[in-house]
Amino acid sequence: MASKNININLKVWRQKDAKSKGGFEKYRLENISVDSSFLEMIDVLNEKLVNEDKEPVAFDHDCREGICGMCSLFINGRAHGPDSLITTCQLHMRTFKDNETIIIEPWRSGGFPVIKDLMVDRTAFEKIMQAGGFISVNTGGVPDANAIPIAKAAAEEAMDAASCVGCGACVATCKNSSAMLFVSAKVSQLALLPQGKIEASKRAKNMVAVMDEMGFGNCSNTGACEMECPKGISLAHIARLNREFLIANIKS
Amino acid sequence: MTKLNSKIPEGKLKDKWSNYKAHQNLVNPANKRNLDIIVVGTGLAGGAAAASLAELGFKVKNFCYQDSPRRAHSIAAQGGINAAKNYPNDGDTVYRLFYDTIKGGDYRAREANVYRLAEVSNAIIDQGVAQGIPFAREYGGLLDNRSFGGALVSRTFYARGQTGQQLLLGAYSALSRQIGLGNVTMYNRTELMDIVIVDGKARGIVTRNLITGKIESHFGHAVVLATGGYGNAFFLSTNAMGSNGSAVWKAYKKGAFFANASFVQIHPTAIPQHGDFQSKLTLMSESLRNDGRIWVPKKKEDAEAIREGRLKAENLPEEDRDFFLERRYPAFGNLVPRDVAARAAKERTDKGFGIENNTTKEGVFLDFKYAIKRLGKDLIEERYGNLFQMYEKITADNPYKTPMKIFPAIHYTMGGIWVDYELQTTVPGLFVAGEANFSDHGANRLGASALMQGLADGYFVLPYTIQNYLAYEIGTERMVPSEHDEFKKAEKDVETLIDKLMDIKGTKSVDYFHKKLGKVMWNNVGMERNEKDLKDAINKIKEIKKEFWSDLKIPGEKNALNVELEKANRVADFLEIGELMARDALNRDESSGGHFRSEHITEDGEAKRNDKDFMYVAAWEYKGDDVDPELHKEPLHYEEIEVKTRNYKTA
Repeated sequence: MASKNININLKVWRQKDAKSKGGFEKYRLENISVDSSFLEMIDVLNEKLVNEDKEPVAFDHDCREGICGMCSLFINGRAHGPDSLITTCQLHMRTFKDNETIIIEPWRSGGFPVIKDLMVDRTAFEKIMQAGGFISVNTGGVPDANAIPIAKAAAEEAMDAASCVGCGACVATCKNSSAMLFVSAKVSQLALLPQGKIEASKRAKNMVAVMDEMGFGNCSNTGACEMECPKGISLAHIARLNREFLIANIKS
Repeated sequence: MTKLNSKIPEGKLKDKWSNYKAHQNLVNPANKRNLDIIVVGTGLAGGAAAASLAELGFKVKNFCYQDSPRRAHSIAAQGGINAAKNYPNDGDTVYRLFYDTIKGGDYRAREANVYRLAEVSNAIIDQGVAQGIPFAREYGGLLDNRSFGGALVSRTFYARGQTGQQLLLGAYSALSRQIGLGNVTMYNRTELMDIVIVDGKARGIVTRNLITGKIESHFGHAVVLATGGYGNAFFLSTNAMGSNGSAVWKAYKKGAFFANASFVQIHPTAIPQHGDFQSKLTLMSESLRNDGRIWVPKKKEDAEAIREGRLKAENLPEEDRDFFLERRYPAFGNLVPRDVAARAAKERTDKGFGIENNTTKEGVFLDFKYAIKRLGKDLIEERYGNLFQMYEKITADNPYKTPMKIFPAIHYTMGGIWVDYELQTTVPGLFVAGEANFSDHGANRLGASALMQGLADGYFVLPYTIQNYLAYEIGTERMVPSEHDEFKKAEKDVETLIDKLMDIKGTKSVDYFHKKLGKVMWNNVGMERNEKDLKDAINKIKEIKKEFWSDLKIPGEKNALNVELEKANRVADFLEIGELMARDALNRDESSGGHFRSEHITEDGEAKRNDKDFMYVAAWEYKGDDVDPELHKEPLHYEEIEVKTRNYKTA
């Protein structure tokens, strides 16, 4: 790996808690290795702040391997920053230029209230999952795995949908704050499989109802969600969600 | 006189679990809803346990420190999960899976537990498919398999390079269903601070709400810890940033024994470290070794030229490449177990053949050139695409064109809280599942078997065994923590601890201490250890601990979201865990599996076990701060298998 260091200017959203008014703070960092990840750069900033007796910037992160979906951050106006098919932890400083000013904000959506600084509350996603993001099956007493043959193409398409990490970039980037891509990924995954097909329309109906209740907007097909999704979840799943939702409404 | 009773059922190995289930106590369905179970952790073991127990009718309270149970670090497991289904017809059986696992663990695991693990493995795959996990399929619609290290059959089921993610999301969906039904109360962003014991039994926990800082108590008729491993004691590891050992450490301090603390799995294929600012190590799945070939240059001058960028790896002729695993282990080749592959890589880099341009000159190549030529780029992309993408994002190298650079990293802790056959600790009512217990895997576990253990414990073991305990608890009324002295005392202890940390008001950050500890752990308690270094480590850790408690600085408030305080709580425990790990490693004066003492090496460089003196589980009992813990030994008996030297050179 080439080692090179750059200097950067940061404008970071600071907000004490959900009730307080937030604002940008400016920081300058020198000698940041271009091989470090974006979150490691924030670690450096936080170490500096702690050493200056200041509170570090609160942000969500955990696995730092692009899979847990916990990291968020709106960077220079884009969810997960200026690269495609990545979570913020996969963004590296080599993406930025020497002396560049980087603006860091939390996810912006009514459905995701700010907890502190860059951390937001995504429990709305949990509520949606609890309304139907599953196959109703208890542990044990299930058939042998090979008793349910599934076409390779269907399994692959289901896997494409199943790779959603639940980060919320789709919501954050959508002008309507719609959670359709997230919901459609789960509905589509399970509707594509014979074992999930049975309750597919009921699932769609229940999940959409909670999605609406949680204050997420409608899909207007701009495709921004697909663009910013770290896992490249396709808009085609939204079409499948719409179909299942329609069937549910016709049935009822 | 040992206080350890493993409660292994009578009878032949293959009948033990069936016999246990046939004779254990059960709880009447009407009584189940009157019993509360606390489950801490939402990974494969915790999530599966919480969902399954709630399905049975128990009232479950489930806790995780993340914003959602779906973020548990089981999600990051990549390559696959083993089961003895023998779908490929290549000779697999439950016994063979059991045998490979015992051998992979270098005969330091409990025979009956490992057999049970192999026995329930098939049910896990059935369960996952029923939940809608999109496992890889053949064109005929049936499930596909691949191979993993330490086995000569293809028994690993997988969902691209995201198997852990899919299995976890399966458990999470089952859990979400139970939360929606009101059978599980979920506490997100909540961390365990202590375990409450009433009249000798675990009766609840004290937690801290990570957003408000509020200290709260929760009652349970039984407490289950499924909080993962403590590999972050090394600072750099493949664990998630928040993975910690605090829950198991609190359990240890409340009387649960801590077993085989030094048994840490070193994973051979992580991306090498690249600088001092680095926060963690990223794993490349073991499944890559199915098709990737591992090599370093044969000549030191070539290795040097590659490190300095004068020579490109892809331009080094085949005859100048040393495929050291294929050379040393013809039967298993690149698919030797993790400890063997890791040690072989270390041996080469120690001799000066490392290829990475970093301070330690560590790193070996994992090359897909041959597989791409044989199978085509498309098939390789289908099998490992997401891993290749992940690698490219981190290193800015394209692994389709240049070989990956990899090196061993701390991955999984085989040690943990000692549990009996029922997964119960030495504290009645306190159960530990998954990576958090001392596990069924021994001194080293094979790939694709941690997912198996987590889910086996959560779906198919604990829901049975916990009833054997709870059947006697149906008369115990729910306690109101605010009215109970033990709960009040535990809360007060937690408050005191937090105040103590906040009041140090020193000059150094938590990370300063964590990194310092990590360096001692890696250098002295890492891949290779010896008596002198281990004694040295114990002293050094004591010094760091002293400095921590006198010079730590935590900005912010305690009654609010305070990330530095969270980290300080965890690092305070890591300092003590690290010391116990060094102590355990010092006591175990032999080499076995991932635990390698440089005093005990065979002539051809392999680990030299000492079965006569060390065929036991080392279970440590807490005796008070600054007092040496007491060692208890659970002897290991192998009734049905012949204990022999691990050999991966020949079949």
